[in-house]
Amino acid sequence: MIDNLITALGAEFVQLSLTPIVIGILGAVACALPGNFLLLRRQALIGDAISHVVLPGIVAAFLVTGTITAVPMMIGAGCAAIVAVILIEIVKRLGRVEPGAAMGLVFTTLFAAGVLFLEMTDTSSVHIDVQHALLGNLESLIWFDAEGWQSLLDPVALATLPPQLPRLAVVLVGIVLFITLFWKELKISTFDAAFAEAIGIRTRVLGFALVVVTAIAAVAAFDAVGSIIVIAMFVCPPAAARLMTNQLGRQIGWSVALAVISAVLGYVFAGYGPGWFGSPYAVSAAGMIATISGIVLLLACLFGPQRKRTGQRAEA
Amino acid sequence: MSFLDYFINALFLQAGYNSALVAVGAGLLGLAGGGAGAFIFLRKRALVSDAISHATLPGVGIAFMLMVALGGDGRWLPGLIIGSAISSGIGLLMVEWITRQTRLTEDAAIGAVLSVFFGLGIVLLTIIQTMSSGRQAGLENFLLGSTAGMLISEATTIAIAGALATAFVFMLRRPMTLVAFDPEYAATTGINVRHIDLAMMGLALIVTVIGLKIVGLILIVALLIIPPVTARFWTNQVGPMIGIAAAIGGLAGYIGAVFSAAAASLPTGPIIVLVAFGFFVFSALFSPLRGGLASALRHWRFQRRVHRRQGLLALARREPIYDGFTLRILRQSGMIRPDGVATLRGKTASQKAAHDEARWAMARRILPDDSAIERYDGLTPIEDMMTQDQIDEIDRVIAEQTGAPA
Amino acid sequence: MSNAELIAEAGKIVDVAAKDAPLTVRGLTVSYGNKPAVFSVDASIPAGSMTAIIGPNGAGKSTFLKGTLGVIPRLSGEIRIFGKPFHEARDRVAYVPQRASVDWDFPARVIDVVLMGLYGSVGLFRFWRARHREQAMECLDRVGMADFATRQIGQLSGGQQQRVFLARALAQNAEFYLLDEPFAGVDAATERAIVAVLKDLKAEGRTVVCVHHDLSTVAEYFDRVLLINVRRVAEGPVDTTFTAANLQETYGGRLATTHIDELRLA
Repeated sequence: MIDNLITALGAEFVQLSLTPIVIGILGAVACALPGNFLLLRRQALIGDAISHVVLPGIVAAFLVTGTITAVPMMIGAGCAAIVAVILIEIVKRLGRVEPGAAMGLVFTTLFAAGVLFLEMTDTSSVHIDVQHALLGNLESLIWFDAEGWQSLLDPVALATLPPQLPRLAVVLVGIVLFITLFWKELKISTFDAAFAEAIGIRTRVLGFALVVVTAIAAVAAFDAVGSIIVIAMFVCPPAAARLMTNQLGRQIGWSVALAVISAVLGYVFAGYGPGWFGSPYAVSAAGMIATISGIVLLLACLFGPQRKRTGQRAEA
Repeated sequence: MSFLDYFINALFLQAGYNSALVAVGAGLLGLAGGGAGAFIFLRKRALVSDAISHATLPGVGIAFMLMVALGGDGRWLPGLIIGSAISSGIGLLMVEWITRQTRLTEDAAIGAVLSVFFGLGIVLLTIIQTMSSGRQAGLENFLLGSTAGMLISEATTIAIAGALATAFVFMLRRPMTLVAFDPEYAATTGINVRHIDLAMMGLALIVTVIGLKIVGLILIVALLIIPPVTARFWTNQVGPMIGIAAAIGGLAGYIGAVFSAAAASLPTGPIIVLVAFGFFVFSALFSPLRGGLASALRHWRFQRRVHRRQGLLALARREPIYDGFTLRILRQSGMIRPDGVATLRGKTASQKAAHDEARWAMARRILPDDSAIERYDGLTPIEDMMTQDQIDEIDRVIAEQTGAPA
Repeated sequence: MSNAELIAEAGKIVDVAAKDAPLTVRGLTVSYGNKPAVFSVDASIPAGSMTAIIGPNGAGKSTFLKGTLGVIPRLSGEIRIFGKPFHEARDRVAYVPQRASVDWDFPARVIDVVLMGLYGSVGLFRFWRARHREQAMECLDRVGMADFATRQIGQLSGGQQQRVFLARALAQNAEFYLLDEPFAGVDAATERAIVAVLKDLKAEGRTVVCVHHDLSTVAEYFDRVLLINVRRVAEGPVDTTFTAANLQETYGGRLATTHIDELRLA
C-alpha cells in the first residue's frame, strides 16, 4: 500500500502529473477569487462572456502578428475581453436591455467573428483551433526535465517548467493583491453601490477594474486549462462557498478550498479514473474538473449549512 | 459559376434541392427562434437559453453511445436531437431548482449549469473519441454547426421541425404575450404563468436542439437573443415586437444559410449570427424610434431646452446664472449679451417663460386632475397642451389673486 | 441694473444667501430618458434644521436626494454642500439609502455593515481594527442593536435593518444627514427609536433631511418641509409651509380634502 503510494508519487508523478495539477490549481483559484465578487454583484455570467471572446482575441492577435507565441495571444485575448465588456455596456445603454441579453448578443457575435476569421485565414499550419481554446491542454503541460522531487531544488530543471505555471502564479499573486488592497472598497460597493458612491468610492472605476482582473484571470487560465474550466471556476466554487457561510471573508476561503479540491480531484479522475473501469485512455481533464466542481456545487445545494435564503432581495 | 451568381441562385432556391431545404429550414428555425426569443427576452431571461444550449452536449454524447451500443448508427439525427432535448431539459430544471431551493440567483445557476454540463459533455466526447466505432467523427460539428455534407434526410428533419416550432410559437402567441407583458394580470385571467414560462423555455429548447446541426450549440443562443433585442428598437408594443423579431430571425437564418451554401468552406452558424448582428447594428443606429442617433439627438435637444428654460426663468426672477452650459445657450440664442446682460429678446422670452410657468403652477392648483398635468414635461408651452377655455380660466384666477385685470 | 444682472455680468459664482448652508440646490434637473423626474428644483437647507421632503409617489423625492449627492447623474443644476462642491465636503455628509435598495442576502454581519460607515477614517489599503469595532459597537448601542452585532443581516426584520443603516450613518459622524424613507415599512418601536436618534442629532447642532411619506407625523417630527412634485412646490418652516393649499398643489387630486383636514396642519 505504502509502496504503491510512493510509486504513485514518485519521479514519474513529478514529471507527468505534478505540473498539470499545480497549474490546474492555480488556474482554478485565480478564477474563483474574482468569481466571488461577480457572484454577489449578479455578474456571474461576465465570466462566461469573457471566456467566449478569448477565441476572437487570439485569432485577432494571430492576424495582426502572424505568430502564435503566448504573449501576443494573451494580449489579444485580454483586449478582446475588455472590448467585449465595453460593447456590452454600450448595447445595454443603447438598447436599454437587460445585461443578460446584452451579454448574449455581444459574446455570440464576437465568437462568431472569431470562428469565421479562423476559417477564412490559412491557419492550418499553426495550432489554434476552437477545441483548443475550449479545452486547453492541461494534460500536455508536463515537466519534461524533472527527475523526481529533487528537481524542485534544481535551477536547471526549474528553468524548463511549463511557462504557464510561473505566468499563472504571477497572475494569482496580482489577483490576491488586488482583492486585499481594495477589500473595503470591493465589499462596500458590492453591498451598497449608492452608499459607496456617496462616501467617495469610485464604484464604476472599481467595477471596471474587477472586470479587467476577471479578464486577466480568464486569459491566463484559458491557455493552460481551456475556457470550460474558466467558466466553471468563476461560478461553481464561489456559489458553493456562498452556501457554506454567511461571511464574505470565509466565503472566499471556502471558494479557494473548493476550487483546489475540484482541480485535484478532476485531474486525478480524468487521468486515472478510466483505468479503474479498465479503459486505457484518459478523458479530458478540463471537462472533468468542471464536472467535479458541479458535483461539489450540487452537494452544497443539498447540504450546505447556509443554502437557504434569509434576507429579502433588492428591489432595484 | 462565380460566388455572386451562386449566391443569387441560392437566394431564390435555384442552387439545388438540398441547399434549398437547408435554407428554408434555417429560415424557419430563425423565425421560431426570433419569436420564442422575444417572449424570453421580455421575461428578462435571455441567458437561460445559454444554459439550455450548453446543456445539450452530454445528451448528444450519451445518445451517440447508446445508439452505438444498440448496434445502430450513432449519428442518426433524430436520436441525437432527442438525447440533447432530454439533457438540456434536465439542465433547465436544474437552473429552476437551484434558483428556487437555494439562495443562489438565476445568473449563478445559469453559469453553473452551462459550464458543468458542457464540461461533462466534453468528457463524454473524449470517451467517444476513444471508442472503436469508426463513425463518431462529426460530433464536434455540433459545437459550431455545419451544413456541408448534410444528408437530405437531415435537411428534411430540420425543415419539418422548424415548421413545427414556428407553428408552436404561432399557437401559443396570445397567452405568452399576456404573460410577457404583465404576468400578474395574466394570472388573474386564469393563465398558469409557470406553465407558460415552461412552455417558453420548452420552445427555446426545441429551437436549440433543431439548430444544433446548423448553428451549433455555442452560437444558437444568438438566434434567440439578437432578433428580439433588434426588434425592440423598432416598436414599443409587444405584438409587433414579436412579429419583427420573428421576421429578423427568419431572414438572418435564411440569408446566412444561403451565404454559407455559396461558400461551402465556411461554417453556417457564425454567418447566421453575423447576419443577425448586421440587422442589430443597423437598427441600433438608425431606428427613428429608439435608435442611437435619434436618441442622442433627442437627448441633446432636450438638455438644451431644459437649460434654456432654466436660464430664462432665472433671468425673469433676476437670479444669477451659474451654469456655464446655460450661459452658453442663452448667449448663442441671443438672449443675453456676451457680458451676461439680458438683451431685449432675452427679456421678452424670459417674461414669456415666467408667464407660462405661472400659468402651469395655477393649472396644477385648479385643474389637478387634468391629463395635461400628468403628461407635462416641464418645457412645453401651456398653449400646446390645454384648451383656450382652460387657459382663460387659469388667467382669470391668476388675475383675481394678483388683483390685476385679466 | 439689478443684483442678478450684475452677478451674471461678473460671470462668477457668488452666492449671496446662506453661504455655507449644509445644502444649497439651484435648478437641479434629473431625467430618466427624456422625462424629467426632478425639474429645476431649488432648495436651501439651513444648519441645525430637520427637514422632511414630501410629495406623492414618483414625484422625484429620492431622485432629488440621489441627484444632490451625485449618486445618479444630473442634467443640470448647481449643488453646494457647506458652500462647497459635494466631493470637497463628502466627509461632512452621511447618506442613508432606501433599505430596499440593497441585497440583504449579502454575506455580512450587522457589525460589518456598521464598519462600512467608518470607511473614511480607516484609510486606503488599511483594514478595520479593534478601535473601529468599538466605535461601531457604540453606534449600534445608540440604535438599540448592540445585541445583534454578530447576527447575519438577512435575519433582521425591516425595522432592525433600518436601525443598522442608521448606525452606519452615525459611524460616519457627519454634520449633515440625508435619509431616504427611513420610516418605510418599519415597526412603531423602530420609528420611535429612529426619531429619538434624529432629534438627538439635531440637538447636537447637526442637520437632518428625510424623504418622508407619512403626512400625519410631519408636524411632530420635523421643523421644516420641502414639498416636491417633480418641481419644488414650497419650502419653509412647518408652521407656514405645511398648509392645505400647498399639499393640494403637491398631491393634486390624489389627496382627499378630508384627509388634509385630519392632519395637524398649520
